[in-house]
Amino acid sequence: MPHWMMERNVQWVLAGCVLLGISSGVLGSFALLRRRSLMGDALAHAALPGVCAAFLLTGTRSLGFFLVGATVAGLLGAFCIQAVTRHSRIKEDTALGLVLSVFFGFGIVLMTIIQHSPKANQAGLDKFIFGQAASLIEADVRAMAVCAALICVAAGLLFKEFKLLCFDSGFARGIGYSTMWLDGLLLLLIVLAVVVGLQAVGVVLMAAMLITPAAAARLWTDRLDRMVWLAGAFGAAAGALGTVLSAVELRMPTGPLIVLSATAVFVVSLFLAPRRGLVARALRLIQLRARVAREHALRHLYELAEASGRWEERVPLQELAAVWGEPVAVVRRQLTRLEQDGLTWHSGEHWGLSASGLQSAYEVVRNHRLWEMFLMHEGQLGADHVDRDADLIEHLLPPVIVRELERLLRVHGREPELPPSVHPLAGTGG
Amino acid sequence: MTNARIHEGRSDPHTPAPTPQPPHPKPHTQNPTPDTPPSAPPLEVHDLTVAYHRRPVLWDIDFQAPEGKLIGIIGPNGAGKSTLIKAALGLVPLASGWVKIYGRPYVQERNSSGYVPPRESVDWDFPTNALDVVLMGRYGRLGWLRRPRRADVDCARECLAKVGMADYALRQISQLSGGQQQRVFLARALAQEASLYFMDEPFSGVDAATEKAIVAILQELRQHKKTVLVVHHDLQTVREYFDWVILLNMRQIAVGPTDQTFTPENLQKTYGGRLNIVTEVAEAVARGVQVGRT
Repeated sequence: MPHWMMERNVQWVLAGCVLLGISSGVLGSFALLRRRSLMGDALAHAALPGVCAAFLLTGTRSLGFFLVGATVAGLLGAFCIQAVTRHSRIKEDTALGLVLSVFFGFGIVLMTIIQHSPKANQAGLDKFIFGQAASLIEADVRAMAVCAALICVAAGLLFKEFKLLCFDSGFARGIGYSTMWLDGLLLLLIVLAVVVGLQAVGVVLMAAMLITPAAAARLWTDRLDRMVWLAGAFGAAAGALGTVLSAVELRMPTGPLIVLSATAVFVVSLFLAPRRGLVARALRLIQLRARVAREHALRHLYELAEASGRWEERVPLQELAAVWGEPVAVVRRQLTRLEQDGLTWHSGEHWGLSASGLQSAYEVVRNHRLWEMFLMHEGQLGADHVDRDADLIEHLLPPVIVRELERLLRVHGREPELPPSVHPLAGTGG
Repeated sequence: MTNARIHEGRSDPHTPAPTPQPPHPKPHTQNPTPDTPPSAPPLEVHDLTVAYHRRPVLWDIDFQAPEGKLIGIIGPNGAGKSTLIKAALGLVPLASGWVKIYGRPYVQERNSSGYVPPRESVDWDFPTNALDVVLMGRYGRLGWLRRPRRADVDCARECLAKVGMADYALRQISQLSGGQQQRVFLARALAQEASLYFMDEPFSGVDAATEKAIVAILQELRQHKKTVLVVHHDLQTVREYFDWVILLNMRQIAVGPTDQTFTPENLQKTYGGRLNIVTEVAEAVARGVQVGRT
């Protein structure tokens, strides 16, 4: 274990930052889905005057009193936001900004008053703006642990209720949930999470801890329970990483490092997450483009041969490019790729389908035309579900409907053929 | 009729006197079986007014919905069709009047009504799958803090199968088509196992096949004596789909069986726009004075 890990103080700070990460990650998930992320920011800023007022009133620096002060101020802030949106034409975002800055400004005024008082040194309240994790002591961490436990237990017990509230609050009210009560509870828990993080991360950066781990977790999964677990884990990891970095690189503030760590987790997720990540999306797009280009090449070669009726003949590249509407160079590259797969062959600038190429082209064209028929006659066919992304129509529609589509192809004279003269496997494709 | 009343009086000996009849008693169309006391109508709305920001959006609503019927709520945009449903479900405050479900205030009868909200009312990118959404229909019966049990999951699966979505149970909801999402919402309402259903535009933005499937489910619900109120836009299909209609344009224009109520005159009153209301008032106030447009 490195020497800095042995220090008792660092261990407490580490524990505190992990707790802060877990609680804000878990709660941030619900706040994000309920579209209350910015509310978290407003509440964090609103907590500052509450904390200052608590100190002024009690004269002691105790997390318990701070909690009460921050909760009262936070709820007052939330109430102001609702009152402003309800009784004026001002929209919620403006109201949020208004309350956020007014409360923060008032907090700074109170803080200045405290700093001019004899107890200034004892208070150390100025650390609450940007946070100072190093100032965490055992008592703080114990209080944080209680808050974090409360948050996690509440999120676990009310998981189903919060899920429904976030997804469909109208339905929730319809079955008798008091959404006002649930929203209020969610708000209260957010205030709790904010208070947990206040000392380490500060009011200014607290919103980042509520938003970032949850947003990162959302990229990795499509299930709420996993998202909540992941957000907690990401938050904890960010807390730990930030603390460690700050302990190793001396004189770097912990709070911003924690937020930067969380951001790093988010950026990595943004790129690497499966399915929703940018890399995965780019790969899917590339694959799709390649498949479409390949099918286009096969289809155009097939349809040119079909039109002329001379299946053995090769087509000039120019003619193919004209039909396809792509530059000659692009068409040649695509055909060369197909040749590597043994689907096309050429002599000079004349290209044709090989035996297996003809088979593939036949399948592509048949599928394409079945789709065409399906889209034309969708209404009459009464097919319930269509997954437009599916590769082959046969995998998707019941055989009865595929047979009906084949009949329609014949009616419309669009049935593709697999010329027996060229291909020994002819007839097995249908 | 008389027998039913005598029976009513006998079945409840604690009632000191026969309950006062409403001024216009609605004749009982279905004869209640002798074993069960005659039940209150599934939905009774009396003198209902709803206002948003002091501006009334719905007023003079007064009707009783009969049991086991498919009832269309018809009217132009902004006529208050969704608001009527929301008022019945207790989702918007009432400025006046009351709503009773099976003779009791809504809060006491939540589990006997099911709700299909408009599809656009939720974010379909929410991290959940189709089965989980349907399972939400069980929450009302589960109560607070209790997690869904095996039986609830089975019920949800059954409901998904009923709407033809069994194969899509574990599909993320954003990957479903509009029609499939609508089916999921319908399945969720079925999972509520209610006897009175409110559906807000279940046919909006769905393909023809889904519309047919939904209509089939509505008819099945009717067979099981369920009452279904549907906000509906397409006037072409009203006669085909609904036994009863509620014609609405901020106030109640007409309520009753489709063949008697869904008439050109009533439609004219409903869809003639606000101009028509103005016209009627003007005519009443000052006959002979030129009214309306020519």
